[in-house]
Amino acid sequence: MSVIVILLIASISVASLFLLAFLWSVKTGQFDDEGSAASRILFDDKPVSATNTEKL
Amino acid sequence: MSSSIASATKIHCYHCGEVCNTNEIHVREKAFCCEGCKMVYQVLNEEGLCEYYDLNKNPGITQNRDARKDKFAFLDDGAIESKLISFKNEQQVHVTLYLPQIHCSSCLYLLENLHRLNDGIISSRVDFTGKQVTIVYLAKKTSLRAIAELLTRIGYEPYISLNDLQHKKPAIDRRMIYRLGVAGFCFGNIMLMSFPEYLGIDVTEATLRSVFRWLNFGLSIPVLLYSAFPFYESSYKSLRHRFLNIDAPIALAIIITFVRSAWEVLSGTGAGYFDSMTGIVFFMLAGRILQDKTYRQLSFDRDYTSYFPVAVSVIKNGAETPTALPGIKHGDTLLLHHEELIPADGILTRGKAYIDYSFVTGESVPVYKETGELVYAGGKQTGGNIEILVVKEVAQSYLTALWRRDEFKDKSTKPVSFVHLLSRYFTWIVLGIALLTAVYWQMHDTARVWTAVTSIFIIACPCALLLSNTFTNGSILAILARNHFYLRSAQTIEDIAGVSHIVFDKTGTLTKPGQDINYNGKALTETQKQQMVALAACSGHPLSKSLVKLFAYTDHLPVTAYKEIPGEGIEGKVEGVLVKIGNSGFVTSNTDSRGGTIAYVSFDNIMYGWFRFSNRYRNAVPLLVRNLKKHYGVSILTGDNEAEKLRLRKLLGREDVLLFNQRPEDKLNYIKHLQQKGKKVMMIGDGLNDAGALRQSNIGIALSEDTNNFTPASDAIMASEKLEKLPAFIRLCKANRHIVLASFILSITYNIIGLFFAVQGNLSPMVAAVLMPSSSLGIFLVTFGSSHRLAKHLQL
Repeated sequence: MSVIVILLIASISVASLFLLAFLWSVKTGQFDDEGSAASRILFDDKPVSATNTEKL
Repeated sequence: MSSSIASATKIHCYHCGEVCNTNEIHVREKAFCCEGCKMVYQVLNEEGLCEYYDLNKNPGITQNRDARKDKFAFLDDGAIESKLISFKNEQQVHVTLYLPQIHCSSCLYLLENLHRLNDGIISSRVDFTGKQVTIVYLAKKTSLRAIAELLTRIGYEPYISLNDLQHKKPAIDRRMIYRLGVAGFCFGNIMLMSFPEYLGIDVTEATLRSVFRWLNFGLSIPVLLYSAFPFYESSYKSLRHRFLNIDAPIALAIIITFVRSAWEVLSGTGAGYFDSMTGIVFFMLAGRILQDKTYRQLSFDRDYTSYFPVAVSVIKNGAETPTALPGIKHGDTLLLHHEELIPADGILTRGKAYIDYSFVTGESVPVYKETGELVYAGGKQTGGNIEILVVKEVAQSYLTALWRRDEFKDKSTKPVSFVHLLSRYFTWIVLGIALLTAVYWQMHDTARVWTAVTSIFIIACPCALLLSNTFTNGSILAILARNHFYLRSAQTIEDIAGVSHIVFDKTGTLTKPGQDINYNGKALTETQKQQMVALAACSGHPLSKSLVKLFAYTDHLPVTAYKEIPGEGIEGKVEGVLVKIGNSGFVTSNTDSRGGTIAYVSFDNIMYGWFRFSNRYRNAVPLLVRNLKKHYGVSILTGDNEAEKLRLRKLLGREDVLLFNQRPEDKLNYIKHLQQKGKKVMMIGDGLNDAGALRQSNIGIALSEDTNNFTPASDAIMASEKLEKLPAFIRLCKANRHIVLASFILSITYNIIGLFFAVQGNLSPMVAAVLMPSSSLGIFLVTFGSSHRLAKHLQL
C-alpha cells in the first residue's frame, strides 16, 4: 500500500506542470483578450498568395 | 419639416447601411450612399476580401464626410513616430493603434487581412475588447503615415491623441490571476488528499496518514505566503491608518487556522484544517477578481491630452510644417483646417473662424470670431482654413489651466463602505464569544481552551461577508456593463445608491447632435426654396450648412452679387431675385423680440418667414425627467444662452433649478452649494466644460455617444442611448446593500451550526470542510440569483 506514495509524487508533479503551463499562458497574455478569438475562428482560410510569404 | 425629396422605398448603402439620398451610386446591382463607400467596396472586391460583407450586414463605417488629405502628415516626423511605435529594429516595426470604429467580426476580419492591402505589412492582430490593432510592418516598404492613411481609406481612422505621445500605457496587472491559480491548485490537491482522513483511513496506517498530512501542510504554505498576501497587505495598510477594515479579521483567521493546523500536524495530534483555509483563500480571491474586473477599452482618468491631437500645421518660412503639440511656442503661426481642434490660445490672423466650443463651454451655436480677436484652445473650427498666432503654449492655455486646479485633485477621504462597518461588529461579536468560551473552559477543562478558541476563529471567519460583498458587487458591475454603463469601481455602486439630487448638463447630454429646424411664415414655393438653398450653400456658417442639408438638393442655382456680413446674414441674387437670410435687423431692418436662434428669409426685400433652429432632445428625456423627479431633486445647467428656456421649463416644472450661461467654474460651484446643503449629488455631463463639476460631485457620470472616444474624468461612463435607464440603474445599485445583507445572514446560519461544534472544542476537520464550501456556494447562489432576477425585473 505504501506504493501510493510514488503515485502521489507522480500526480503532484504532473499537476504542477499544468499549474506552470497555466501561469506561463497568463503571463504571455493569452487570456487578456477573450473576445477576438471567438470571431477569428469563423474566418475561412484563403490560400496564401505567392507575394506575401516573406519571413524575417 | 420633411425634405421635398421623399422616396417611397428607402435604399440602403451596401457598405455602411445608411439611407442613400438622391445621389446614389450603383456598381452592378449594389447601391452606395457616396463615393467613399463605393471606393472601399471596390478596394475590398479587388483583393478578394468580400467576406467582410458576408460576415455581417452593412459592416462598414460611413465614408460620407470630408476627409483632409494631409491629416497624417505629422507621422512622417521621426521624433513623433518613435514615440508612437512600440518596437523597432532594422527591418520590422511594431505599432499599436487605437481604432474606435471596431465593432464587429467583419472589422476583425478586415483588419487582420491588412497584409493583403499593403505589401509592407507583415501581420496585424486585433484586440477586440481594447479596440486596438497591433501591426508589424517593414520599415523599408511602408511607413506609419501610409498605414494610417490606408486605415482611414477603408473606414478605420486611427485615433491618435496627445495622450499617446506623453503617457506610457500601464502594464496589465495579472498578479491576482497567478495567485488564484496557485490557490486553486493547492486547494484542489489538498481536498483530494484529505479524503483518506475523512473516509476512514485505518489508524494502523500511521505513516501513510502522516504522509498525507505533511503533504497537505506543504501545499498550504504557498497559499499562506503568496496567494493570501493581498489580505495581509490590505489589513496592514488600514491598520496603519488606525482603521479596521474587512481584511484584518480575515488575515487573522487565515493565520490562526494555519498555526493551529500546523501545530496539529507537527505534534501528530490531528489532520489540521488546511482544506478550509485554502478553500476560503481561493473563493475570496475569485470574488475579488470578479469585483475588480477592469474595462481596458475605457479610461476613467483621461484628461485633456486625450482630446487634443498629436500635431498641428505650423507655418514656418511660408511652408506648412506639422509640429508636435508640445513643440508649439509663443509666436508660432498655426494653420488650422475644417474640423480641426485649436490647440493653443491665440489671435486670429487670417480666415473666418466659426468655432464650436460646445464640448468645452457648452455653447451649442458656434462662435464667430474676427481677425484680431483672441480664440481659446479646445474649440473646433467649423469653417474654412484659419491662421492663428500663438499667445500661450498648449499646457498654459486658459482651458487646460482650468482642469489643473487644486480643487480637482482626487478627494483623499473616500466614504467608508457599509461592509467595513458590518465586519467590525462581526469581529467584536466573535471576539466576545471567543472570550466567553475561553473563560468557560478555563474554569471547567483547561485542555480545551485553545482548541475551542481557535475553532471559533476558523469557523466564524467573516469571509462570508467578504464573499457576499465581492460576489454581489461583481455581478452588479457585470449587469451594468452589459447595459453599457461602466463603473470605475465597486465603491461607485454605493455612491450611486446614496444619491439624492441629480444635475444634468444640457448640451450633448440631454440634446442630440444636430438641430431641429422649424419654419414659420408664408409658404415658400419650390423655386423659392431652391433659390434660398442656393444662397445658403455659398456660406460656411454652420446654420447655413444645416439649412442646405435639410433640403438636400443635388444641384444649386448660380448666385451672383454674393455678400456675407458676419454676425448679420448673407444676401445674393439668384435668378434675378434678391434673397436675404439672416437675423431680423439684417433682413427686416427692425429688431425683434423672438427668443432663440432664428434666421429670417426674404425675397426682394419682402420677408416671407423665419427658420427656428432649436436643440434636438433625446426622445427619452421627458419621461426620464418625470420619473426621476418622483424620488430625486433635478437641476439642469448649461453653458448655453436662454434660447431654450421655455422648453426646458416645461420639462422641469416651476420649482426646479434651471441655470444658463454657466461657465465651467459656475457648474462646479453650484454642485458645491448643493453639497453644503447636505445633498448627495450626481452629475451627468459629456464635455470638458463639465469636467470640474463631474469631479466635485459625489458621483460623476460621463455620457458618451460611443464609449470609445474621449470622455472627461468621471466615476462612471454611460452610453448615451442608455440614459433612459438611469432610474433602473439607480434602483439596482440601491438593491446591492440588501442583497449583500441577505446572503450574509444566510451564511451566518452555517456559521452558527459550526459554532455549536466549535465552542465545545469538538470541531472536526470534516465538519469544517463541509460547512465552508456549502456556505460559499450558498452565498454565490443567493447573490448571483437575486441580482440577476432583479435585473430581469428592471428590464436590464
